[in-house]
Amino acid sequence: MSPTPLDQGHPGPMSGRPSRLRGWDEPADLSKDPAVIPDPAEIDVPEELRREIEEYMARYPDHHSAALPALGAAQRYHGWCSPLAIQQVAAVMRVTPAYLSSVATFYDMLRTEPTGRRYVYVCTSVSCCLRKAKDVYDAIVEAARALGVEDVDIREFECLGACDMAPMASVDGRYVGPLTKSDAPEIALALKEGRTVLPGRGLEDPDFRLPWQDAEPRRADDGPGAASPTSPDPDAA
Amino acid sequence: MSETRVLLEHIDVPDLHEIEVYERLGGYGARLKRALTELEPEQLVAELEASGLRGRGGAGFSMGKKASFIPKGSMDKYLCCNADESEPGTFKDRLIMQRNPHLLIEGIITAAYAAGANKAFIFIRGEYVHQANVLERAVAQAYERGYLGEDILGSGFSLSLVVHRGQGAYICGEETGLLDALEGKRGHPRLKPPFPANQGLYQGPTLINNVETLSNVPIIIERGADWYRQFGTETSPGTKIVSVSGNVQRPGNYEISLGIPVREIIYGLAGGPPEGRRVKCFFPGGSSSPVLLEEHLDLPYTFEAMAEAGSMLGSGAIIVVDDSQPIVPLALRLAQFYRHESCGKCSPCREGTGWTVKLLSRIDSGEATPMDIELLASIQENIKGNCLCVLGDSMAMPVSSMIRHFRHEFEEHIERARERSELALATAVGAEELAASDWSGSA
Repeated sequence: MSPTPLDQGHPGPMSGRPSRLRGWDEPADLSKDPAVIPDPAEIDVPEELRREIEEYMARYPDHHSAALPALGAAQRYHGWCSPLAIQQVAAVMRVTPAYLSSVATFYDMLRTEPTGRRYVYVCTSVSCCLRKAKDVYDAIVEAARALGVEDVDIREFECLGACDMAPMASVDGRYVGPLTKSDAPEIALALKEGRTVLPGRGLEDPDFRLPWQDAEPRRADDGPGAASPTSPDPDAA
Repeated sequence: MSETRVLLEHIDVPDLHEIEVYERLGGYGARLKRALTELEPEQLVAELEASGLRGRGGAGFSMGKKASFIPKGSMDKYLCCNADESEPGTFKDRLIMQRNPHLLIEGIITAAYAAGANKAFIFIRGEYVHQANVLERAVAQAYERGYLGEDILGSGFSLSLVVHRGQGAYICGEETGLLDALEGKRGHPRLKPPFPANQGLYQGPTLINNVETLSNVPIIIERGADWYRQFGTETSPGTKIVSVSGNVQRPGNYEISLGIPVREIIYGLAGGPPEGRRVKCFFPGGSSSPVLLEEHLDLPYTFEAMAEAGSMLGSGAIIVVDDSQPIVPLALRLAQFYRHESCGKCSPCREGTGWTVKLLSRIDSGEATPMDIELLASIQENIKGNCLCVLGDSMAMPVSSMIRHFRHEFEEHIERARERSELALATAVGAEELAASDWSGSA
């Protein structure tokens, strides 16, 4: 019987069809004891990772609350929530690897497979979809494949909360948009070269404006009291 | 039509996220000192209740009432700010946190004092990386100036505030799911009662409020409930930031006085659908709200009017769908979202969302029969009211509203697809016969 370590972690139960999930039909090794809290003496945890996790644990009344930030830190260090990463977090937090696996498999941003250190989440939820986000996603995937971009997890994502700049994508947390299919080659190239993707078109960029904000400034449209009222207009009520 | 800017009053001021700029515009300082030293917590709660401020996260429950449910006593009490803004179409909290984080922090301090909470958390969705960074920096600034920590401004009130980043799960926006995630577990909603006000985070009484709700608090306390009530209507007082998205010319956040007609928001502020298009339907309060039609455009945008029309104001996110969009793929996309985000804890939601996606894909790909529409509708009815939390209902309500309003489109879709597949079959059979006759002919 091929053993399936409990801490191996398989893709989130919410993604894809069951038949595509790795390990769903592999039997668990019932003759094996469940993984216990790892012995800190046996697990070598990188110093900076240990320090970061301990810092998180100190923030909360209950150290279990640090599970999410700690797994996030381990993922940044290892590139994904690998069995080793989970062992290390478990050793520092004094919890079982199974507990951490249960957490890691629930959340979309925690990777339980080595799909890439960097990520591009293309929002294809309702609002973006109405503005042809699926085409943008397909174009980015195609452009990245053509260029041979590696170590980047490009995936469709549910609403990222930036429907004003739809269609949009989050590149390692940096929101860029509005996108069109023609942006895809530039995005792929920037990813390959490790540059900032679409500089100036990120939500956090200092001079970021949506195209229609430039074309028709909101203030001109709204009348004098609306843009920055010192005392709001009572007539508006 | 104009916006009414209260929360967004200073939003365009450069560097508003810096504490000096925020203080210069009247934030913290004397305003916070007055709230913490001159007023009793009961007075704050009473003022909030009198203002009629309703929760801006979706449920629309009175903020003051919610705060008044927190029991008195010396036990550990908590305040959680729900910044897990994941409802499709909603992006108002993102704007506040990115541009005006100190308004939120001041709101948290004031609300925590009112509720008697000494530990506060901001649960921000993990995707909001930049906004979380801005908040963390702002929290550090507030600690430095003594607005957070021990004995704030000599009032004797102490508060710690931690920014907690989620890792991507819609269900963590549900208040009890948020608590589980904050406790370091899978974000599964809890059975209510007990309500979080009695037994929430770490089993302690917990006040949970949305970012926009909390950001209103310092303004209401400063200017008074009566001032606040000049905006909006009797039962939906105040202003609301509306996130308009989808098929409009100027998507964005617009702060309005509640009660202005929906048409003014969609056409006046957001520019209406693209040239030559009409509004086919719209979600008045995020993707979880049942769709409304063009005929509803003149309704006032209030909690009651939306509810009477069979929908809800929800998180205040208006998603506009124009007449170029077919309804079946939209329903499918919507259902896929909820299937993906269903936590799997209770079966009506876990199975129901899966079945809905299956049936809608069948309709979309042309393998369905008209009976499948009935099945689809009956599944929605079996989800409604039978789930642990509102996620199941959040899919069932818009999907059943689409079936109700656009049934003919579902039927046409099935019919057209069937004609196509029959034609394909006939062509295939014809080709086979032709091939057979060719063979016999040559033999």
